[in-house]
Amino acid sequence: VCLNIPGFTLCLKRSVLAPVSLRPPPEKAQSALIGQCFWVFRICPPPALYGGRHTVTLIPGDGIGPELANHVCELFRFCCVPVDFEVVNVDSSMDSEEDINNAIMAIRRNGVALKGNIETNHNLPPSYKSRNNLLRTTLDLYANVMHCQSLPGVRTRHRNIDVMIIRENTEGEYSSLEHESVPGVVECLKIITKTKSLRIADYAFRTARAKGRGRVTAVHKANIMKLGDGLFLECCKEVASGYPDITFDSMIVDNTTMQLVSRPQQFDVMVMPNLYGNVVSNVCAGLVGGPGLVPGANYGEDYAVFETGTRNTGKSIANQNTANPTAMLLASCLLLDHLRLHAYARMIRRAILSTVTETRLHTADLGGQGSTSEVVRSVMKAVQSTGPLTLSI
Amino acid sequence: SRGRRVRSLSRTLVRRWSRGKPDGAGETRWSRGNQMEQGKPDARGKPDTVTLIPGDGIGPEISSAVMKIFEAAKAPIRWEERNVTAIKGPGGRWMIPPDAKESMDRNKIGLKGPLKTPIAAGHPSMNLLLRKTFDLYANVRPCISIEGYKTPYTNVDLVTIRENTEGEYSGIEHVIVEGVVQSIKLITEDASRRIAEYAFEYARNNQRSSVTAVHKANIMRMSDGLFLRKCREVAEGYKDIKFTEMYLDTVCLNMVQDPTQFDVLVMPNLYGDILSDLCAGLIGGLGVTPSGNIGANGVAIFESVHGTAPDIAGLDMANPTALLLSAVMMLRHMGLHDYGNKIQTACFDTIRDKKVLTKDLGGNSKCSEFTADICRRIQDLD
Repeated sequence: VCLNIPGFTLCLKRSVLAPVSLRPPPEKAQSALIGQCFWVFRICPPPALYGGRHTVTLIPGDGIGPELANHVCELFRFCCVPVDFEVVNVDSSMDSEEDINNAIMAIRRNGVALKGNIETNHNLPPSYKSRNNLLRTTLDLYANVMHCQSLPGVRTRHRNIDVMIIRENTEGEYSSLEHESVPGVVECLKIITKTKSLRIADYAFRTARAKGRGRVTAVHKANIMKLGDGLFLECCKEVASGYPDITFDSMIVDNTTMQLVSRPQQFDVMVMPNLYGNVVSNVCAGLVGGPGLVPGANYGEDYAVFETGTRNTGKSIANQNTANPTAMLLASCLLLDHLRLHAYARMIRRAILSTVTETRLHTADLGGQGSTSEVVRSVMKAVQSTGPLTLSI
Repeated sequence: SRGRRVRSLSRTLVRRWSRGKPDGAGETRWSRGNQMEQGKPDARGKPDTVTLIPGDGIGPEISSAVMKIFEAAKAPIRWEERNVTAIKGPGGRWMIPPDAKESMDRNKIGLKGPLKTPIAAGHPSMNLLLRKTFDLYANVRPCISIEGYKTPYTNVDLVTIRENTEGEYSGIEHVIVEGVVQSIKLITEDASRRIAEYAFEYARNNQRSSVTAVHKANIMRMSDGLFLRKCREVAEGYKDIKFTEMYLDTVCLNMVQDPTQFDVLVMPNLYGDILSDLCAGLIGGLGVTPSGNIGANGVAIFESVHGTAPDIAGLDMANPTALLLSAVMMLRHMGLHDYGNKIQTACFDTIRDKKVLTKDLGGNSKCSEFTADICRRIQDLD
């Protein structure tokens, strides 16, 4: 909630308006506590909107990232979208964290980003942290949302899939806290906190309500990890009690994967901790046609970063003009929706979906022989044919 | 006297070979068709004894179905039934009844039906208890498409080998402060090496061409990194088998698009749990998936992984396929391949024919009719 006062913006933290049962996080010392409810006044920088044009950080990443980022820029220029990209390159081979810190600062400045996946060489020592993870945790992008829908024209084994996966993005198994107390024995900590679990559950239910969805399923493994996933499940149940219009149920993660490959149509919105989210989102992406089709979004309180849903670098197909640009282009549409440029988003999305329906333009991952540039040109043609003023192809 | 010396020498050698002296490298040799570690039955025609744990719910019916089928196939197996309901031993620790433990230690091979864990019984899960008692460190689940039971996925033929003792399921959890919980995932060098060795041996003995290690070392650098390093080290000793590494998310993505690209998968506990159930879903669910648990000291327990289904217990509606295929896995493990192939062929033929199928497979025959059909086919095959 933001109050626009000329000169600066007063932001009230959304969690403030939540039910009283949420206890305020003790680490936020800047808040003034008045009884159980509290108001946090924080000065947010104004959105990067100058002269009617938005500035968005663009992190090309590795593998197929740079070529797809170019296509997005090309398409936006063609459609005269009022967005300027500030390109920040992150070199994954370098040891210092200067690159990623620059990228984070750019995102803080602009508030929104479009990102390709940055490769992590897992043979490097543990002191080298995954750049993607660092970005997500530093900017506190706590919700990863992936909407998997069966697309017409893409042949898959299952039809009519429409699942929204909401995954906690900052804690859980991805805490990167590991130690070797005895040589040959490594312990890795999985952290589950009540605040973050409540936050992600609340996000899930609010999104379900906003999109008119009727059911939320929590995915967990609380029969084995009784305290950790038990806490997560408890938080989901607590939040569910505040949304009586939405049905809530829970399912164990191994049963979930089994049900997904036999009957994926039974799922609506799913909320889960980090690692299960990784597994389930990849399974769902595979079910609807592969990593080239599904966009993903990472939302935080103040920032939003858009990328492909399954976060692949696609090293093996880099620079061969065979990658499927659909996921990245749909992610850019999500970006436009976030910037409230809904007309542009609708126009481009319609063009992309009409292109995906054409089987002869399918790229290799969909079983066809089309190239990336052909797909992008076809999208541009489709946009031009709907009538608005565009540049010439 | 020289003849006597030669005879006694040759007898000693035959006895030693038939008992399967362990190799220098590694503790056990998993050789197909040969006799293995001590305590194993020999190939002199004597029936091998197997501990049978019928289990709860539909357990007794499917166990008796399996026994009938084995009788029809004239398999040289003698069954020893035991109950494993947990009892409190001296010192207050929960344990399985001593006669069951003694029987398993003697026979080394077990076949187990579904077990239930009553809520609020006070004791841990029965499967966990068995795992700890016999140090069942590897869970093997071959997932092969059943011809005749159609699923959207065809030609699936892969095996998931999952580390069963540590990893995310170590059960070590703490509440640090109120509202913050930490679960500890434990990865040790020994357990990782052991499971990797088993995976490569299994691949070699079952003519599998590649082993893929599934991990998430980009995020969990030290723990999965250690697991991966051990797999690589063991792979050095098995140059005839192709070794690849793949991220967990990539495996999941590719598995639902094209499962035929995978062969043997080896992984730590949690990933194994999720992936093995995913693969079971590809071929038709837990009602048709066999599973085996391999332990230290040559112990192996084969089981059906579905639930006890109390709602259909005693109604002759259960599907014995999962337990039957696990029993076939057991026969192969013991080197009795002919019997195993015969029973498997009969079972698959019955399912392919679609005339006598239980309710979960899409028919409406009884369990006894299904079993009788399989027995008839076995006798026809002879």
